[in-house]
Amino acid sequence: MHFNKTCAREYPFWRCKADFLTALFAHVNVADCSYAEIFPVTSPATVPLRKTALHSAHKRLGARLVSFGGWEMPLEYSGILAEHLAVRNTAGLFDVSHMGEIEVRGDNALALVQWVTCNDASRLIDGQAQYSGLMTSAGTFVDDLLVHRISPTHYLLCVNAGNQDRDFQHIVDQNRFGAELENAGPRYTQVALQGPKALEILQRLTQVQLAPIGYYYFAFGSVLGVDCLVARTGYTGEDGFELYFAPEHSEKIWNAILESGERDGLIPCGLGARNTLRLEAGMCLYGREIDETTTPWEAGLGCICKPAKGKFLGSDILLEQKQKGLTRKLTGFEMNDRLIARDGYAVRCGDGESGQVTSGGPAPKLKKNIGMAYVPPKYATPGVEIEVIIRGQAVAAHTVSLPFYKRERQA
Amino acid sequence: MVPSDRRYTKEHEWVRVEGGVGTVGITDYAQHELGDVVFVEMPKPGTKLKAGERLGTVESVKAVSDIFSPVSGEVSEVNESLAAAPETINKDPHGDAWLVKLRLSNADEAAALMDAAAYDAYIAEKA
Repeated sequence: MHFNKTCAREYPFWRCKADFLTALFAHVNVADCSYAEIFPVTSPATVPLRKTALHSAHKRLGARLVSFGGWEMPLEYSGILAEHLAVRNTAGLFDVSHMGEIEVRGDNALALVQWVTCNDASRLIDGQAQYSGLMTSAGTFVDDLLVHRISPTHYLLCVNAGNQDRDFQHIVDQNRFGAELENAGPRYTQVALQGPKALEILQRLTQVQLAPIGYYYFAFGSVLGVDCLVARTGYTGEDGFELYFAPEHSEKIWNAILESGERDGLIPCGLGARNTLRLEAGMCLYGREIDETTTPWEAGLGCICKPAKGKFLGSDILLEQKQKGLTRKLTGFEMNDRLIARDGYAVRCGDGESGQVTSGGPAPKLKKNIGMAYVPPKYATPGVEIEVIIRGQAVAAHTVSLPFYKRERQA
Repeated sequence: MVPSDRRYTKEHEWVRVEGGVGTVGITDYAQHELGDVVFVEMPKPGTKLKAGERLGTVESVKAVSDIFSPVSGEVSEVNESLAAAPETINKDPHGDAWLVKLRLSNADEAAALMDAAAYDAYIAEKA
């Protein structure tokens, strides 16, 4: 058999023992798009992969390690399906230290954040976070990110792993406001505890009252004597927390959380489950649904795009596009039968029109095969019959509204 | 040690020959590399295959992998249980998760493939 022959935009995990960067740039093509285009490298090919402070812990736990965004990260420990279901049914723990952190400080911190992002950060209060987009002058995405307001003069941006240096340089270039900037990634370990039991598991380890922390709010406090930023955020569609703290405490916190949650069925989870969970929750992934060619309107992210807040990088183009109308729009879809649509597959709509799958795969909790695709706007409403071309065959699917999965909220 | 009652390909398929019929599957090494199997696409009975020709597809959560027939023949039986339970490939790749049976067109073909010892050495090299 040929491993992974047609699904190129994935992790070449079976080549783990070979030269990582050679594998990363093996030009296995899907839809004319190669690894190099999706994971651009700014450093020479001889630079080894970066490791998080929890790397040894992952090896000890028997993780299958892969290269991702310039880092060596766990793809899975016990299996993607088991890890996905653990997060949906009880809880899972992720090392997300590969994500980047950028600190913005000073009297003009907000002005800079407002200029380079599309959401309205002036609506945040101390201890509140928002999902946003880091914009190009064309109104497209440099990255997606979380903006945390720590104080009126201090913001923490959490950005994607492969983009942190590029994002930082972009913000530096746009900093005509004199804000103080720090590329703070190395100062943080970040772990995500996600699932219905996450709160209970974490509460055993801290005096910080977790229940009052609302969704997309955060607090500072001590977890096992370690100063942490405890944020009620996540990328799974479940309740949960993301903890940011100094790397020297990594093993202590990681091991303590796993131990605390053992009785609840908490297991460590890798990037494989992280991807299936976010897909099932209808969340975008940079490099798939959003990139430097997509605008928030096209990606269905109008809720985080606020031109009314005032002019920002790319806002004039965005207002123009809103007026003129879109040529493509992101939609969710479900396969009608058992075949699976994958990233990059072509979509056939009615009237000879076409689109492309951005992300596709199985939804382990819903027990369906799902995906997201860019299609001409008139097909981006629920209930439209479309076809996905799978190995030369047109296979029936239908559009659905996002998200595919929504967790039960406690009253 | 992989089972000694069969032959193996470099592409991690196995074939067990019994009286003119070859039973085909993928190896434990293959299922481990794939991860959780979620879908299996197989040929219809009556399909004629040459050795090395694409027989079907095994899909894991993350990837789509082609399977190639180790030998030439006509598909006589397909393992229908894999439709409802594709995870059998992870649980019992050398037994319950056989994929197809072929009526062999050339009984000597299988002998040219790797035996158990050769395949064990082959995958040890990959480690």
